[in-house]
Amino acid sequence: MKLFRDLLRDYRFALGFWALCLLLFFAALSFGSPYDPTVWGEVPRDQRPSAEYWLGTDSNGQDIFWLATFAVRNSLIIALIAGVVSRIVAVVVGMVAGYRGHTTDRALMFFSDSLLVIPLFLVIVMLAMLIRSSLNLVTLGLLLAFFGWAWDARLIRSQILSLREREFTQTSILSGANTLGLVFNEYMPYITPLVFSTLINNMAWAIGLEITLAILGLLDLSIPTLGTMLYWAINYQAILLGRWWWLMTPITISLLLFVALYWLSVSISVYLDPRTRVQRIGAG
Amino acid sequence: MDNTILRTTALQAFYQLDLYGKSKVVKAVNEVDLAIQADEIYGIAGESGCGKSTLLKALVAAVEPPLRVVGGKVTYRIDGKEVDVSTLSPEQKRALRLSYIAYVPQGSMSVLNPVARIRDTYRDFIESHLGRQRHQEAFALAQDHLTDLGLPLKILDAYPHQLSGGMRQRVTIALATLLKPRILIGDEPTTALDVVVQRGVVQLLKEVQARLKNTIVLVTHDMGVHANIADRIGIMYAGRIVEEAATEKIFGAPAHPYTQYLISSLPKFGDKTPRESVPGSPPSLANLPGGCPFHPRCPHVQTRCKEKMPGFTQIEKNHRVACWLVGEGEHGQAA
Amino acid sequence: MDKLLEVENLTKVFALGSVLSKLRITAVDNVSFFIKPAEIFALAGESGCGKSTTARIILGFEHATAGTITHSGKKEAKNERVWFTEGIQAIFQDPFGTFNPLRPVERYFFETLRNYKLASSPAEAVRRIDAKLHAVGLSYEDLAGKYPSEFSGGQLQRISIARALLTDPQLIVADEPVSMVDASLRMSIVNLFKKLRDELGVSVLYITHDLATAYYVCDRIAIMFRGDIVEMGTVEEVLMNPRHPYTQLLRASIPEADTTHRWQGEIRLADTEQDEYLRQGCRFAGRCPHAMEICRSTPPPTVQVEGVQVRCYLYSEPFS
Repeated sequence: MKLFRDLLRDYRFALGFWALCLLLFFAALSFGSPYDPTVWGEVPRDQRPSAEYWLGTDSNGQDIFWLATFAVRNSLIIALIAGVVSRIVAVVVGMVAGYRGHTTDRALMFFSDSLLVIPLFLVIVMLAMLIRSSLNLVTLGLLLAFFGWAWDARLIRSQILSLREREFTQTSILSGANTLGLVFNEYMPYITPLVFSTLINNMAWAIGLEITLAILGLLDLSIPTLGTMLYWAINYQAILLGRWWWLMTPITISLLLFVALYWLSVSISVYLDPRTRVQRIGAG
Repeated sequence: MDNTILRTTALQAFYQLDLYGKSKVVKAVNEVDLAIQADEIYGIAGESGCGKSTLLKALVAAVEPPLRVVGGKVTYRIDGKEVDVSTLSPEQKRALRLSYIAYVPQGSMSVLNPVARIRDTYRDFIESHLGRQRHQEAFALAQDHLTDLGLPLKILDAYPHQLSGGMRQRVTIALATLLKPRILIGDEPTTALDVVVQRGVVQLLKEVQARLKNTIVLVTHDMGVHANIADRIGIMYAGRIVEEAATEKIFGAPAHPYTQYLISSLPKFGDKTPRESVPGSPPSLANLPGGCPFHPRCPHVQTRCKEKMPGFTQIEKNHRVACWLVGEGEHGQAA
Repeated sequence: MDKLLEVENLTKVFALGSVLSKLRITAVDNVSFFIKPAEIFALAGESGCGKSTTARIILGFEHATAGTITHSGKKEAKNERVWFTEGIQAIFQDPFGTFNPLRPVERYFFETLRNYKLASSPAEAVRRIDAKLHAVGLSYEDLAGKYPSEFSGGQLQRISIARALLTDPQLIVADEPVSMVDASLRMSIVNLFKKLRDELGVSVLYITHDLATAYYVCDRIAIMFRGDIVEMGTVEEVLMNPRHPYTQLLRASIPEADTTHRWQGEIRLADTEQDEYLRQGCRFAGRCPHAMEICRSTPPPTVQVEGVQVRCYLYSEPFS
């Protein structure tokens, strides 16, 4: 709790945190939605925002406010799956490569470098096309996770490489620690901030990619996400026809989400930076 | 005649830090009076965290936030006139640096450009301080200077990483003294070096001083180096100078309990009698005890030590001590 | 004679640069010495002399290129990172680097006890930790819940020694244990080594460049230069009556804290260090005032002179 109070004193964290809370509350509203998000034509089409339809309705006959609550929820689920799974892979690969070194390191880094140099976007588009029929929230999350860990695994590996040379590593070995104990007790405090700040960055990246894939029409378009909302809005020429409420809702929400995630990422990584942490321990 | 070239008067330099809403003041230099003479080697000795490096920053007029001079002043004597450092513009400070006062840090890599040959570093240096001379003249100047100091000329063609640590440090000293500064300030210039190399570097410093007849202010925690090079020594403890005397006096007849402990704890060859450390630990400059800062560790502590910081007592010519045991502290002036 | 640790013909070669350049530096060259029980043995020399590499090999952090290490009759097992378990412990140079700054110091104490199964209950663990901390002049209360940044360097070094003592080792390898501790506090650390030797019978391998503290605390000393042991014997003999020209130079270069012993005369420094590693004969020949023809071509033999082992032609048969 002390950590949280310290963090909230940073205005960037406070802004990001409250913005994210707002979005989460918004996503939670979806559970009380009077409409089924996959059914069309439940409400009159193309209504402007009004007291009855707060954010208007779209050309598919869906209420945009309630549809958006589902969209935020689903986009966050995809991003969370992508972020968490890829963090796990990145931590395991980075730690094993950094600590074991030699052949293991070379093999793992060859694999991650290969992922880094291929034109990622094209490959994801191609794969999405191939498995389009089975592309739901979970499989999309996993697909993005598969391509999202390589860079961070490298980051973690380089951290481990430098930590391995610190004297406390030797103290720990002399205290009888095995490899697992060493990595978890000694290195985790240094890796955790990296995991958190990259998790948030990775989630932002996953949401961006989901939107792109959806606009290209590569996702299951019946599932409401920020991307598919945009897809339909663009598909029905919402700009041309002046239905700004339809387009602005997903765009505003996406921007708010990106900015909130960015603020959180910046302030958390500053707070968890080992150097400032040591100073705080001294000052505390 | 007053021969003081560098003077500090009741100098106070504090760090004012603000860490996540907690502000703290680190009293790194506290009421320091120094009168450093022309043509002397003045040693400042003290433990890590006693404020000696901060004092040097104030002496070379390199005080930058969060460090602030909150009281007292530093004065240079330039051409017979006393100049208060705080009145100098950044432009004037830059002009004084190296031509009047020069600084030798612990690590030479911060001075030498790692991707330039020594020759080029010298040339850049001469051009920026003496104006754009012709390349040949600059080079001739550097060569003469190195020859004077007994360094091989072939180092001019080397990159810093090709030289040993001791050679790099000597090149740094040569560079710092190229413009014949009146004051040379060394912050642990030999600390990272091996003993044989250290001896070589100290030898060079002495030679420079003998040649230029200038002033060297040398900060090091190594009492052995002080014993070998310094004319006078100021012992610093918790931001204050607690004793100042000629080197022979400091080693032969120290008067402050801290100095006594410090000197007696130094191991000597041919003498295996048990030695004791100063008890306890040095105080944090952010949280100093009241009164004399040494009182929690002092075996002779009295009530008034805890209440009031003693002033200086002149126990003989050029030997002053800040301790209640020695005197009432009525002669507060630096000599 | 009883030997606690014996190092025989230890050699460590580092390949520098790429595979192709084949620049090989022999950091430790055929070094042999032994340490007796309850003895403080110094391995002294300047940076790059191989003393720390030797210590790292003994601790298992580095593999030797050749040679053997025997600890209480047990030989080092090949390719096993930590071949000793409780018998050899170490303390390091940088007291602030010894413990992870993000973790409370006491964790290392509890982990040591748990990993070596030395305590059966938390209460027993605290009792044991407290006892070891008392041996270094501290107590568990001083330590509980605190982070490394809350201690001074001298305190941390004592805490480090207490941690090493938890397993009741026979040997503590101390790599430059006081070089980063303030002069006024050094003696408290150095005196501890004496106390451990005299009261607990612990031996200390004291790796240092500081010959004055080595003289004060050690029983025997080996002087290393560029990978070789050039002189070895009791501190009285080696430091008060140095025989090898390098030991003489080293001894004369120490700044003594005594104004009556100021440095006399001038010295010559090596131009570059690599030349000395790659030298064929005696590696000190380039700077030695007594260098002869043979010194430059063939490495000198090790000879015994009045109980001191010296590696120099000045003392070998045809010349002495």
